[in-house]
Amino acid sequence: MDANVNQFPPYREAEAHGHHGHDDHDHGHEHHEPSFWHRYVFSSDHKIIGIQYGFTALCFMLFGFFLMLLMRWQIAHPSQPVPLGLGWILEKLLGNPAAGGIISPELYNSFGAMHGTIMVFLAIVPLAFAAFGNYVVPLMIGAPDMAFPRVNMASYQAYFLGGTVMFVSFFIPGGAAQAGWTSYSPLATSVPTHGQLFWILGMVLLINSSLLGAVNFIATIIQLRAPGMTWMRMPFFVWAQFVTAFLLLLAFPPLEAASVMQLMDNVAHTSFFLPTGLATGGNLAHISGGGSPLLWQHLFWFLGHPEVYVLILPAMGIVCEIIACNSRRPIWGYKSLVYSVLLIGFLSFIVWAHHMYLTGMGTKISEFFQATTMIISIPSVIILTCLFISLWGGSIRINTPMLFALAFLPMFGIGGLTGLPLGFNASDLYLHDTYYVIAHFHYVVAPGTIFGLFAGIYFWYPKMTGRKMNEFWGSVHFWTSLIFMNLVFMPMFVQGMKGMLRRMADGGANYSAAHVPGAIDALPAYTMELHQWILVAAVCLGIAQIPFIINIFWSMKHGEKAGDNPWEATTIDWQTPTPPPHGNFTKPVQVYRGPYEYSVPGHATDFTPQNEPEVVTTVPSHAH
Amino acid sequence: MSDTKKIQNAPHKAADAHAVDFGAYVRRCFYIFIAILAAVSLMIWISYLPGAQYSWMFKVSFILLVAACNAFLVAGYLMHLISEKKMIYTLLAFTVFFFIGLFGLTVWAMHDFPSGTVMH
Amino acid sequence: MDIPYTVEARPDTGIYNAKVGIWLFLASEVMLFGGLFSAYVLLRVGADQGYWPHGWLDVRLGTANTIILALSAITTLLAWAACKVGDFKKFKLFHACTLLLALCFLGIKSYEYHDKWIHYELKLSDGTFADGHLVEKSSDFDLAKKTGTFTIHGRIVNDETLLYDLRSQKDIQLKEITLNASDIVSMENYGPWHNTYLALYFTMTGLHALHIIGGSIVIGFLWGPGSKMWKTDRERYTNRIEVSGLFWHFVDLVWIFLFPVLYLT
Repeated sequence: MDANVNQFPPYREAEAHGHHGHDDHDHGHEHHEPSFWHRYVFSSDHKIIGIQYGFTALCFMLFGFFLMLLMRWQIAHPSQPVPLGLGWILEKLLGNPAAGGIISPELYNSFGAMHGTIMVFLAIVPLAFAAFGNYVVPLMIGAPDMAFPRVNMASYQAYFLGGTVMFVSFFIPGGAAQAGWTSYSPLATSVPTHGQLFWILGMVLLINSSLLGAVNFIATIIQLRAPGMTWMRMPFFVWAQFVTAFLLLLAFPPLEAASVMQLMDNVAHTSFFLPTGLATGGNLAHISGGGSPLLWQHLFWFLGHPEVYVLILPAMGIVCEIIACNSRRPIWGYKSLVYSVLLIGFLSFIVWAHHMYLTGMGTKISEFFQATTMIISIPSVIILTCLFISLWGGSIRINTPMLFALAFLPMFGIGGLTGLPLGFNASDLYLHDTYYVIAHFHYVVAPGTIFGLFAGIYFWYPKMTGRKMNEFWGSVHFWTSLIFMNLVFMPMFVQGMKGMLRRMADGGANYSAAHVPGAIDALPAYTMELHQWILVAAVCLGIAQIPFIINIFWSMKHGEKAGDNPWEATTIDWQTPTPPPHGNFTKPVQVYRGPYEYSVPGHATDFTPQNEPEVVTTVPSHAH
Repeated sequence: MSDTKKIQNAPHKAADAHAVDFGAYVRRCFYIFIAILAAVSLMIWISYLPGAQYSWMFKVSFILLVAACNAFLVAGYLMHLISEKKMIYTLLAFTVFFFIGLFGLTVWAMHDFPSGTVMH
Repeated sequence: MDIPYTVEARPDTGIYNAKVGIWLFLASEVMLFGGLFSAYVLLRVGADQGYWPHGWLDVRLGTANTIILALSAITTLLAWAACKVGDFKKFKLFHACTLLLALCFLGIKSYEYHDKWIHYELKLSDGTFADGHLVEKSSDFDLAKKTGTFTIHGRIVNDETLLYDLRSQKDIQLKEITLNASDIVSMENYGPWHNTYLALYFTMTGLHALHIIGGSIVIGFLWGPGSKMWKTDRERYTNRIEVSGLFWHFVDLVWIFLFPVLYLT
């Protein structure tokens, strides 16, 4: 019953005007099919762009994973050739830095810097924000596409270009960037290779891609919500993406400014971040001086901290959707979730210097940042608590997405709680730059965000392809990933607390009790032995991803066929044909209720879609 | 500093306005331009006040204040921010807050040292 | 498939899509230039006493540029207003003025950059400093080989700090000075490498100039090939003019702060 055509947004009449942009293929009076290139490569359809982002991001994630495996080998077996022919391949590809198949310290440093950069900027953010956001958000709010489809295409292309620049930097003379994903000056300017230059150029492209994407998301969510889709009827996933977009929009530009300045330092020999009296290699540097290395750190972390919330919020959104759907009950505390995510977004801009406690800041400013850091943990806990409580009294369905979503909760809990000693100035003095930090942030991102993203892939796969992924191999993927993730990262807390520092190419061997017997607080033997176990666990973790990769491709042709709404979800993204056509909805969308109307007493079915006009009620049953 | 001309805003409603209205609009724009010129002249005059009588701090603060008023003219009238919707305002208010945070907190961080720190 | 609210305003927000988009983008630009300005404040405050330049930039040229940009902001607004009242000819005239003024701005900027490029500071072997604009250098001038001569229009000072605070010095006498390469220990022109002030100057005005160029390209496109849409979809075209105009006004806004910070303080 189309009672609400009058409330339908006033689409401009196509017939009145002759010319549009090139994305006007599907009008009634034009029937030409777009070419392969136009449809799949240079597409401005948000779904195609979402899949492009997703695919590219997963490729980069795999690449970043390989870099990590190489690093773990070097840490466990310093200065030994990488086995299984990999060392030989490295030497052929990279030349001198991998001479004899051994990872040199410079090469280790570039692997470290690029593992971080690739994982954060080329894998997680594009997958969590751009891929899932692009595909799902317009569907969830009842929009035909993003507000600016061609800007969307441009933002993917900028990301692709940025990724290419980063990838290519491995093969230039001197190799990729070596100064960490944080690219601190003066090291970043002192490294005598061009890798840093490529890093900066890649970053500028990636930042611009994110900015364009952020503008698109916010404008879409504000302007293109279907009639009846009020702010408080939006699924939490959309709220999470909305806040994430704002974080990217306002926090990235200062890093872009800083990158431009570091570029000038590199190329034009300015001294934005280079202090007077800087000496490199024993010689006074030929610079004007007067710069401030701390300035770079401030500008970097002004982005760096909101960035970590960019990494986690979309995953929280995904987990919320999956928990609601698979518990068959409404999310507990929807309003609290919304206000918490808004508060996190706001506070994340004023906590950044907790990454800089050891730069010699005074007590007052440290106290300020410590206070804001502690306060920001509160809305995070609220979100986690609401998700936990949402399980209470639910009719839990266990499937692969739900397994990953459930595991997200305690894993993120561990990650978050272990962040507290880092947030306190006093304890951070000891833990800063140790493996404890590595363990903390990997817990939040790896068994945290990535599990949320895996959950999302299994969950939305049927909407994209019309088939479910294989459940058995999904479970295998889940259990093996969960076990090995914990085996990789849990020991690192121990290593960190024993004082093992980050970014040491020899795995701390020079600081071990074996190397310097009798030294106070040298790294004990068991701390060094853990390297071997971590390496084994990391390799097993890699092997555990193989069923997942095969599952993705195999299920496209052989997976169990799924209808339009196989999970029986209430949100509008499931009330479309599968896969959704260009324009998404075959009839006008009108929203009548909130996003989590599961198991509402008196309804015939245990879920009522948001855009369902009539509710079929049951005859009231007798009292129990 | 900026002359408080009562400038009516851009005639959004004047989609079908006559040439007469457009002429009036041009005149209003001209007044805004004059106000901008006045602000710029004021800034230059302040900067050339004798340094002996007026401290550098005073001059800089005053110049930035005038610049802010100038910015208000451009943003308020030329970008018609004055008649813009609340949503845009809210967005800009957050931006301003974070902008101030970026400035204020970094400058504070550079000036707060543990006691006994030696600066060269 | 059509995206709603591309031209009409959405009822509850009262704005069309592109306007939301441009204001969001401008908010990010505020943070971009904010990052640069905060760098300026930090580096200025941390600079050694007496070594921060004052008066190195020609205030007359800066004022001219300010007036040019302010005028272009006015013409931009009038171009949009002309679209609103349906006067295409006036729109074309006003935006042609905008583009011409942008060109003038860039011209003056190039002249200023060139002026810095040929301005040299030379450390002499007797411990004094020569400073001035290059007039001529002999064909065999080679600093390493110590051959040739280098002629500048400037002055020689004993105290290097005199080269920094020009505002507080009265009646600086400049004359033509020829130096032998053998007397010169080192020399450097006033590029961004010379000191942090110049680094900031070139970076900030350079980024600003890139925005001017970008804005000019967009406005130029809309003025030229893009103006076909005036006939087919007048309202959408007017919105494009408004949105590009907002960007242009923002670029003017940045200059309103750049000018006093770099030229007047």
